[in-house]
Amino acid sequence: MTDQPVPTAPPPRTRSERWAALAEFWHYFSVNKGAVIGLFVFAFMVLVAILAPLIAPHLPDVQYRDAIRTPPIWDANGDPRFILGTDPVGRDILSRLIHGARYSLFIGLMVVTGALFVGVFLGVLAGYFRGWVDVVIMRIMDIILAFPPLLLALVLVAILGPGLFNAMLAIALVLQPHFARLTRAAVMAEKNREYVTSARLAGAGNLRLMLVTILPNCLGPLIIQATMSFSNAILEAAALGFLGMGAQPPTPEWGTMLADGRGDITRAPWIVTFPGLAILITVLAINLIGDGLRDALDPKLKRS
Amino acid sequence: MLSYILRKLALIVPTFIGISICAFAFVRLLPGDPILAMAGEHGVTPERYEILREQFGFNVPIWQQYFNYLGQVLTGDFGTSIATKRPVLTEFLTLFPATVELSFFALVFAIVLGIPAGIFAAVKRGSWFDQITMGVALTGYSMPIFWWGLLLIIFFSNGLGWTPVSGRIALNFFFRPITGFMTIDSLLYGNWAAFVSSLRYLILPSIVLGTIPLAVIARQTRSAMLEVLGEDYVRTARAKGLSALRVVNVHALRNALIPVVTTIGLQVGLLVAGAILTETIFSWPGIGKWMIDSIFRRDYAVVQSGLLLIALIVMVVNLIVDVLYAVINPRIRVQ
Repeated sequence: MTDQPVPTAPPPRTRSERWAALAEFWHYFSVNKGAVIGLFVFAFMVLVAILAPLIAPHLPDVQYRDAIRTPPIWDANGDPRFILGTDPVGRDILSRLIHGARYSLFIGLMVVTGALFVGVFLGVLAGYFRGWVDVVIMRIMDIILAFPPLLLALVLVAILGPGLFNAMLAIALVLQPHFARLTRAAVMAEKNREYVTSARLAGAGNLRLMLVTILPNCLGPLIIQATMSFSNAILEAAALGFLGMGAQPPTPEWGTMLADGRGDITRAPWIVTFPGLAILITVLAINLIGDGLRDALDPKLKRS
Repeated sequence: MLSYILRKLALIVPTFIGISICAFAFVRLLPGDPILAMAGEHGVTPERYEILREQFGFNVPIWQQYFNYLGQVLTGDFGTSIATKRPVLTEFLTLFPATVELSFFALVFAIVLGIPAGIFAAVKRGSWFDQITMGVALTGYSMPIFWWGLLLIIFFSNGLGWTPVSGRIALNFFFRPITGFMTIDSLLYGNWAAFVSSLRYLILPSIVLGTIPLAVIARQTRSAMLEVLGEDYVRTARAKGLSALRVVNVHALRNALIPVVTTIGLQVGLLVAGAILTETIFSWPGIGKWMIDSIFRRDYAVVQSGLLLIALIVMVVNLIVDVLYAVINPRIRVQ
């Protein structure tokens, strides 16, 4: 599939061409209604995260000792002060969820950025230079991928010490091989195209060829992968938090909140219900966007 | 075909060595001294400490420790658990059937629901069934399964009292394991009540572990089906006047299932990761819970060899999937 010398359109240069490309992208993206809904939900989450201190009815760490395990407001024993109820030490669940949005989105953003940069860097090196560089890099990626991701992340966090930052580091390391593999394959496919050869003949150096000429044409699959990794990162960080290896209490991270409520699932099921729902909605929104991006960016599906 | 298998096997060897180096290095990097961890609160005298260091081989240079370890592993000695004093391999083999049993039922759940759902969704593309199925599938795919497990426990175990909360079988049933699979063992002993009990304990964990594979399989089946339904030979079959059922079942399905088989195979590695969470929630005595407990207990020997064994199994399964794929799809073998 890679050997045919198909001349591709050069990347859009002028401003109007860029706008046209963006408009075409939006056209295909907005056909997928789920993706648009996902985008709105995600934008809402971002807004909630940014405005957290302003919109949260209470501080996330204040313990209302007189209102321990208050059920949500629609329950007969609910308290109008606490819309989604309180946890075992009397903290307002809604306020903690709102502040928790900051953690989840921050985790997703940082992990994806880290994994993307390292993975793309390694993938470009492997795909562009081939030979022993390729062999060494891809063997290491294979080794990382041979471990179940969550297990590897757990062991890494056990080594580095439990905590949010180390959890993010571990998850980024686990997710990064996917970027490396993808970039390598894309670079190998693009490397022998005519536009690259002509850039080389025009005197472009290796670095320029790799980063300026080839990489922008591999962006489609990378954007899709980044979206998927974003949701994976949130899920894995929550799982680590749930297992006590991620963010540490009293951080209002959603996975950690779930772990806090685990002992109370009979008495106070709402304590675990809402953080999990928040994780699900966020991850679902991102995955909906991911599906839409795939429809819009995958040329094979586009014309069908 | 043989050369294809050999080529794949040759690729496994360096990966295996890399994995063994990683597993070895991870454990050396874990904070805390393994011997002090073993001694527990009582501590050890300096003399005893030296004896233990020698006994566990910690007194030789690190690279020699690695080669000693690799030598032991290649002869089937995976070390001794610090916590239970039993050989790691014995523990692994005792617990592994529990994880396999759980994973098997999870996969059956995923396949039995996922493939038909994917086929119908593809055939009725754009219908309400398609939209709902794919919506549910994406929700399942996005599910934090540790929360899903808790939710099912809250609803079915605590609320309705239908299913047990944790364990593999009711405590009043006890028999010496033959195969290690509760469902098979209970039948071998002819104990029908025990068999039913083991199934009841399997329901919720299987659903939880099978949820993400179910979503992946349904989505993959649908997209593979859609691709095949657009092919020329399917159009030809339709044009010949074959019934829609025959076109789907005979002409389309067989070809569509090739990528689905690969997807199912690739789920196995993810099942192990999912088993860590599922087994923790349901106190299921398998290797996932064993690894978690060992990480928390700082049982170095178990973490090291457990990682190695799990990675090895995932690799072997992936190899089998690759080979199966090449068997069904001859185009892969070339290149």
